Amino acid sequence: MSQVMKVEIQRYRPELDKEPFWQSYDVPYTKEMSVLEALAYIKDELDPTLSYRWSCRMAICGSCGMMVNGVPKLGCKTFLRDYPQGMKIEALANFPIERDLVVDMSDFIAKLEAIKPYIIRETEQTPEDGCSIQTPKEMEQYRQFSMCINCGLCYAACPQYGLNDKFMGPAALALLHRYNNDTRDEGKEERMAFLNAHEGAWGCTFVGYCSDVCPKKVDPAAAIQLGKVDSAKDYVIAMLKPGE
Amino acid sequence: MKRSNEPVFWGLFGAGGMVAALLTPVLILITGILAPMGAVDFSFARVDAFASNILGGLIIWAAVSFPLWLSLHRLYHCLHDFGVHAGNGVKAAFYGAAALGTVAAAYLLLF
Repeated sequence: MSQVMKVEIQRYRPELDKEPFWQSYDVPYTKEMSVLEALAYIKDELDPTLSYRWSCRMAICGSCGMMVNGVPKLGCKTFLRDYPQGMKIEALANFPIERDLVVDMSDFIAKLEAIKPYIIRETEQTPEDGCSIQTPKEMEQYRQFSMCINCGLCYAACPQYGLNDKFMGPAALALLHRYNNDTRDEGKEERMAFLNAHEGAWGCTFVGYCSDVCPKKVDPAAAIQLGKVDSAKDYVIAMLKPGE
Repeated sequence: MKRSNEPVFWGLFGAGGMVAALLTPVLILITGILAPMGAVDFSFARVDAFASNILGGLIIWAAVSFPLWLSLHRLYHCLHDFGVHAGNGVKAAFYGAAALGTVAAAYLLLF
């Protein structure tokens, strides 16, 4: 038997509204229903004007990030049954709202791209060179940080990014750490400037909420603290070699 | 992007964290609980002798100065977390206080 839940959604249509406002919908639900399915029900049955982003429905694509009762969540991985008191859904915090639950992620994407998130080799390898062998231990150095799906929940959680969006932020710094600690990579020097800056690892005060909200159990806060160790070593080396 | 000078303060903060975690609980136990109970001999002459020894002086100096860097660094960053963007004047005052405490403790204990 299905129950009905009052779902409140923050709406914003830039051509009509001066500012976001709340709209309430009654959604019949069963215990299997995800927030994403509730939004689909609203769009199909109640209000076709509602906008939201989604794709895979299985916590892989990272499209459906949103605030549920003030906490950054993936719509597909959050279920109505866990909110018997009702739910309030908003666009992801700390990002400019484009429309309803759709946010502008261009700053986030630019930061991910800036840190060169790919393996850099001093000399290009060809298939004839064979595989790059890595031990399980070497892989463990970076594996969890490669699980990021770029959903942006950690940026919505990060108080530092909220205060100053020049901060590189959790996902970009975790990705930087991921490539700097891959034994196949030789591009660490090209990434250190991002890590060493005030807007890099040093902009983090280790609140740790980024790691709490990550839907893929990545620990960006740990990556940033390890990045601080790397950056501190780099600082001492730079002091000893002032010419460079 | 400009290199941050934060590693210096973070290094002292980290050292302070280590000292506070390892030494402070023991010091609280000795000076705050065991000494008032009379369980340890905490007479002036004994403590003075300990502090006058160069090794004893260094230990007390480390126990006083590094946690100062730890706590003032943490307080300074808490201000920022609470939305008070204090700027360089307050930063200088916070770290200046830690530096002053470090120098004063060194002067009193080691010279």
